Amino acid sequence: MLRSLNARATVVSLLFLAVLLGLWEINSHAPAASSAKSEYELLMGGAEQETRVPPPSAVIERAVEELSDPFYDAGPNDKGIGIQLAYSIYRVLSGYFMAALVAILCGFLIGMSPLMYKSLNPYIQVLRPISPLAWMPLALFIIKDSEASAIFVIFICSIWPMLINTAFGVASVRKDWVNVARTHELSPWRTAFTVILPAAAPTILTGMRISIGIAWLVIVAAEMLVGGTGIGYYVWNEWNNLDLTSVIFSILMIGVVGMLLDMALSAVTRLVRYQE
Amino acid sequence: MKHFLQVQGLAKRYPSPDGKGRLTVFEDANFTVEKGEFVCVIGHSGCGKSTILNILAGLDEASAGTVIMNGKEVAGPSLQRGVVFQNYSLLPWLSALNNVAFGVRARWPEWNKWQVTEHSMKFLELVSLKDAINRKPAQLSGGMRQRVSIARAFATQPQLLLLDEPFGALDALTRGVIQEELLKIWHETKQTVFMITHDVDEAILLSDRVLLMTNGPHARVAESVKIAIPRPRDRNSVIHHPAYYRIRNHLVEFLLSRSRELTDHAARSGENMNTDPAAIPLEVDPSLENSGIPDLALKRRTARAQVIDHLKPTSTSA
Ligand SMILES: Nc1ncnc2c1ncn2[C@@H]1O[C@H](COP(=O)(O)OP(=O)(O)OP(=O)(O)O)[C@@H](O)[C@H]1O
Ligand SMILES: [Mg+2]
Repeated sequence: MLRSLNARATVVSLLFLAVLLGLWEINSHAPAASSAKSEYELLMGGAEQETRVPPPSAVIERAVEELSDPFYDAGPNDKGIGIQLAYSIYRVLSGYFMAALVAILCGFLIGMSPLMYKSLNPYIQVLRPISPLAWMPLALFIIKDSEASAIFVIFICSIWPMLINTAFGVASVRKDWVNVARTHELSPWRTAFTVILPAAAPTILTGMRISIGIAWLVIVAAEMLVGGTGIGYYVWNEWNNLDLTSVIFSILMIGVVGMLLDMALSAVTRLVRYQE
Repeated sequence: MKHFLQVQGLAKRYPSPDGKGRLTVFEDANFTVEKGEFVCVIGHSGCGKSTILNILAGLDEASAGTVIMNGKEVAGPSLQRGVVFQNYSLLPWLSALNNVAFGVRARWPEWNKWQVTEHSMKFLELVSLKDAINRKPAQLSGGMRQRVSIARAFATQPQLLLLDEPFGALDALTRGVIQEELLKIWHETKQTVFMITHDVDEAILLSDRVLLMTNGPHARVAESVKIAIPRPRDRNSVIHHPAYYRIRNHLVEFLLSRSRELTDHAARSGENMNTDPAAIPLEVDPSLENSGIPDLALKRRTARAQVIDHLKPTSTSA
């Protein structure tokens, strides 16, 4: 008998996985007793395997193969999955941290001053709904560097949730806590660091967590556009090679890395969370 | 005649909801507090007690009048005036010890970590919280939180302590225990305390003097009642003191009827009644007088108001 909910959930999860993989495996194999091949199929020859979605066994095989040597580098079009992911993570993190710096500083300003809030709000409302990829041509034209443009796109897409959450978090710090700072004659700097920042930290981190998710979504699309390196480019490249096994494998890797990034931020959120 | 704290002609007005006139919460508040004195303020809800306390703290601004402490006018908050807010106002992300240390560090920035901890611990011990110092406010009971808050305020050793209904949210048993702790810590530190309360018995147990406020709007500080019961006091002995019930009756009677009558009377005597900047509260010592205090007090007030009415030129209502 399995008592804990977690244990039962794990069993059900694994069951789902087994059923899913089983169905996939069965359906992706060619029918055993296939009738005579049509002229077209004969013409295509051995291409038959490739017109079907590869079975999970092939994907697992590829995963083992790729993950056993993730960092090999055999020229521009043949790099290990680890190298491609590292490029993407590097771009995401550099754009993301620049955005965090700007967003948290501006968010403080906007949250503290109703004047700033009112005067900057219209711009934020107009800029926020723009799809980050729409910036790409402009970025390429101005920056003239595909690498930096990709980072810029990450910057611009991850700034809004952080900016809005910081401003909101700072503006809604309980007045009592600000009064505690005032009656203790804290300087504005010390008030910001010892009262407002810890009070707003959970809200700010929620924004940061949303942002990292968006940034990871956007980097794949951005790299498909700019090309060269990165997991987005890798997926597109394997598609051009008609290597669907690698495409599926890299889709799964994108999911895993996204999950890890989210888990990292949720761990930090747990550190700063407080109970009122 | 120099007082430690001198409040002169204090008033607070808000724009009225319709935007035309002004809503006067209280006005002509004149009173003094001496060094080392424990003064309680009692009045009905909404009469402006918290507003007065916030003005004394420098957190709120008066519409008229001045507050002078130690010969200097109060302008803005200061470490010289510690505040215990009604809802504790502890920082929820800090432990009990760090909440107290937060105040201590602000007061003595030059102290090292060890000195700060040592000093904070001393005050947490005074409120019997030695065993809970590492818990966050959310893990403390309401009574324990209020103790931390009191420890924080006393630990910064301000010249004036302002307590806004510190025990309002506590049950009677806890309230009694913390009241005694407050007395203990007050005896030890000899600080000046200005405290708001709803509880007549609490005021008699703790204070040297009780300021009574009439009902708002247009509330005033009407009486200053001396609590002539020798210290040290405790909850059991204080009720056996001969003056206890006379004092208690006086206060209760004020809250039940005179607080309203005085306001009504002021309203009846017309708008220009509202400006009597010299109106000092009537000084009463219920332990001395025999009977008829309330009537007498009302008569004196009435007589005085009429005299002032006569002295005034034609009404110049604001
Ligand atoms: N921003 C405001 N605008 C208008 N009126 C206000 C404002 N703030 C407070 N008041 C009024 O001022 C009055 C006094 O408020 P205050 O909090 O000082 O009362 P209090 O005596 O402390 O009451 P309680 O005992 O319930 O705490 C109230 O009647 C309230 O309606
Ligand atoms: Mg109040």
